[in-house]
Amino acid sequence: MKRVTLVRLCVIAGSVLAVEALCRFGVISRLTLLPPSEMAAYLVRLLVSGEINQAMLQTFSNVAIAFVLAIVLGFVVGAVIHAIPRLRRACDQFLASYYSIPIFVFYPLFVSLLGLNRWPLIMIGFLFAITAMVIATLNGLDRVPPVLLKLARVHRMSRSAEALRIVLPATGPYLFTGVKLALAYSFIGILAGEFILSGGGLGYAIAYAYDAFDNRTMYALMLFVLVVVTAINSALFIWEQRLLQRRGRG
Amino acid sequence: MSVIPEASGSAYAGGHDTQRAAPRQSLQRLLDSFLLVAALVVVWQLVYWKSEVAITGPIETVKTAIELLSSDIFWGHALASGRAFGLSLIMSSVGGVAIGLALGAHRFSGAVAAPILTALYTIPKVTLYPMVLLIFGLGISAKVAFGVMHGIIPVVIFTMDAVRNMNPVLIKTARVFKLSPTETAFKILIPAVLPEIVTGLRVGFSLTLLGVVIGEMFASQQGLGFMIINGMNVHNVRSLTAVVLLLVLFAVTSGTLLLAIERRMQHTQR
Repeated sequence: MKRVTLVRLCVIAGSVLAVEALCRFGVISRLTLLPPSEMAAYLVRLLVSGEINQAMLQTFSNVAIAFVLAIVLGFVVGAVIHAIPRLRRACDQFLASYYSIPIFVFYPLFVSLLGLNRWPLIMIGFLFAITAMVIATLNGLDRVPPVLLKLARVHRMSRSAEALRIVLPATGPYLFTGVKLALAYSFIGILAGEFILSGGGLGYAIAYAYDAFDNRTMYALMLFVLVVVTAINSALFIWEQRLLQRRGRG
Repeated sequence: MSVIPEASGSAYAGGHDTQRAAPRQSLQRLLDSFLLVAALVVVWQLVYWKSEVAITGPIETVKTAIELLSSDIFWGHALASGRAFGLSLIMSSVGGVAIGLALGAHRFSGAVAAPILTALYTIPKVTLYPMVLLIFGLGISAKVAFGVMHGIIPVVIFTMDAVRNMNPVLIKTARVFKLSPTETAFKILIPAVLPEIVTGLRVGFSLTLLGVVIGEMFASQQGLGFMIINGMNVHNVRSLTAVVLLLVLFAVTSGTLLLAIERRMQHTQR
């Protein structure tokens, strides 16, 4: 293992142990924070008992729908905006400040438009995620090396061949970044929506446990969310590194 | 490649977008922005016709917003948000730049920290809000802490990446002149990576605002976030829509301003 990775693992393990020690020796009160080992133990119990299966299913399926919609439509919207430079310039400043708008405030609006079902929440996750994908698509299309486009012209490629064989592979890494972020943002949007507004899912379960002073459940669920999201993101990160390496070699 | 999507605003600052645009071009750009806003207002009006219970129309909302701007209650909430936001922004900026410079200058620590920072950036921090509340208690400090949690990480990442990609000669120069760490930071590092710091601050600005507003939406009695969630709960659609409009206007105006500063800096540097 590389030294950097080793030190990183030590830093993470050290912080967890430090928190554990502070909790065990009573420096941090039990009302504030539970020792991480207890969180993990209770999480295992929750998972085995199946109590949170319903919430898990709801959250993960919503995230999946929002994520898929966001990457497909985000790519299309990005390509369209890129094709029209005037539209592009007008959009810049809105894209730049998009993420400071708390999209959750539109929840009642979506409920009245889409009905009181899962779709308003998916809409929030989708709107959170799509912009990351649009921006990544724009970024990628901006950076297609001009020489490759010339190459396409030299070979008299048709527009569709150019798009499929030149532009798409060249933008690949940027699109992958977009996909990664879209997934993270779908999670953030859906969980935050559940947390503040809706009546189901893991986010709601955490808020409910907070209101009921049920710290054990609350911290176990928080740990669960963090572990799942970090695991998915790391898996994508490692996959991305492999792809990049292969590109470098090829 | 940046891990942060919002950064891309800076990416196309160069390219086809030349700075000394002819007056006609900048006029056209203004027109285009105007058309885009007009299109958004039309969409808004259509949505309003479709669901009058959940939103007020553009004209009525602007009227309500003007009423709000002359009411004491609104300013009480706005000041509460403003204070929390200002404090969080100062902490995220100063702390973020300091940590970013340190991690950037010390290569090994930077390499250790980078993936951890990325992971922290992508986790859904909302779910951690109850913990923040338990640690800091109800009130302004929890909101500030939550704003900082959102805002500081992009500032750190941008500053760190910029220092790591800096021309190494500059750092060697600092060493040759035997500058102290503080002097190196203020005389070499910060001037060299200022454009990236501004990008980081722009992203940090957005996220700090988001963090503070979300913080106010949950377990708070004050601030614009509270006005919004209260509007939802008691079905005060007029005030809800107007507050959202004011918030969006504030966000977009500040974002545009920071983007303009950022672009100007990049042009002068390159």
